[in-house]
Amino acid sequence: MSTQHLNLTLKVWRQKGPADKGRFDTLQVRDISPDMSFLEMLDVVNEQLTLEGKAPIAFDHDCREGICGMCGAVVNGRPHGALKGTTLCQLHMRHFENGDVIAIEPFRAMAFKVIKDLAVDRSAFDQIIQAGGYISVNAGGAADANAIPVPQDRAELAMDAAQCIGCGACVAACPNASAMLFVSAKLSQMALLPQGRPEAARRAIAMVRAMDRMGFGNCSNETECEAECPKEINITNIARLNREYFKAGFGSAVK
Amino acid sequence: MNWLADTLTSSIGKKWLMALTGLSFCVFLFTHLAGNLTLYGGRAAFNAYAEQLHSLGALLLVAELGLLLFALIHVVTGLTLFLQNLKARPVRYQVNKSGGGRTIGSATMPYTGLLLLLFVVFHLINFSFVDKTGTTIYDIVTQAFADPLYVLLYVAAMIVAAIHVSHGLWSAFQTIGANHLKYMPAIRILSILFALVVACGFGFLPIYLLISA
Repeated sequence: MSTQHLNLTLKVWRQKGPADKGRFDTLQVRDISPDMSFLEMLDVVNEQLTLEGKAPIAFDHDCREGICGMCGAVVNGRPHGALKGTTLCQLHMRHFENGDVIAIEPFRAMAFKVIKDLAVDRSAFDQIIQAGGYISVNAGGAADANAIPVPQDRAELAMDAAQCIGCGACVAACPNASAMLFVSAKLSQMALLPQGRPEAARRAIAMVRAMDRMGFGNCSNETECEAECPKEINITNIARLNREYFKAGFGSAVK
Repeated sequence: MNWLADTLTSSIGKKWLMALTGLSFCVFLFTHLAGNLTLYGGRAAFNAYAEQLHSLGALLLVAELGLLLFALIHVVTGLTLFLQNLKARPVRYQVNKSGGGRTIGSATMPYTGLLLLLFVVFHLINFSFVDKTGTTIYDIVTQAFADPLYVLLYVAAMIVAAIHVSHGLWSAFQTIGANHLKYMPAIRILSILFALVVACGFGFLPIYLLISA
């Protein structure tokens, strides 16, 4: 681990708005601490740009703890950077070398429109969740916690799926810009638990239709999503989605 | 029947069509290879196999029409998926790097697929829709593979086929939902083995015929 401060060349995607064509800008950044996160490095760059009277780089961020799913950009061709199982906010500058050239691009997909620079509109994910990514719980007294037995291994699988933070790195990484890993995780967390079963068929059909409507690509099992997911969601979830959709399509009364 | 159309034309429905037709082609490849191995038995063995196959009559016709239908589904659906996937990312990345998920097979599926389509048409013109009066299929095949150019072309086509099935086989299992933490590693190994069987099994035949010619 180096403690030497870094001088870097950034090639950042700059785009004024959704209608702008966009281009790469080259910026020289000096004296970056290796202890900074990638986003803190961008903060420093933005301060510098602001002092120079230039527009700062717009990028998405929120919790900066790796749990909210807001941040993300493609760094040197890899969503959230090359470090495995990490969001961009948790990627630290110590993983870079002095003199590195770093290309930073927004997540690119038809369903994810660039708002400005690196900030992308991922509301397509919200629409998929609205279509069926929930369970309906009637109002009333709180149910007894252990009234419905759930085997431990099932609960673990559901929790693994529930780790998805909806950042969109799977779409960004997919050569087809498919959202299957996201949809499969959001479906699996409920499909695996008894509370999710009553609406399973309706959910599978509604979520897949919403996904198709949003203009995401089709899964071709390239498994790039699994490799880039900051929460390391497994593609067995995609197989589960395929099964659930089959059961819903051919085995249920839902049309 | 609107629900059926809706289900089959959805992204996952199209993938099922690809998987089921693709798996059928894998079974076909296997039986085709088993039949072709009679070439090692010489003229009598191979011609007897061809005669036996053609004596099936209507059954063979049904199988051929079935293969044609499956091929149409596989090609049309595959092209649709390819074009939709291109459209799903209108602005490409300037820097493109793999996270380690892709393989040569997975990254080239549409291209190897189209090459195979061209090859199948060429192959059928060569050996199926050919005038067989006064000659036998063994003679047609051995004459064709006396030409090194044909041998090269067929061996290359079989390498393309092997690359295609190396991703296609395991991918089909994943698509029909048969991914299980216990069995998936075995299925992925099976895909590679099957690709090798296709490449070597079919690929050595033209070379053998060239050498023995």
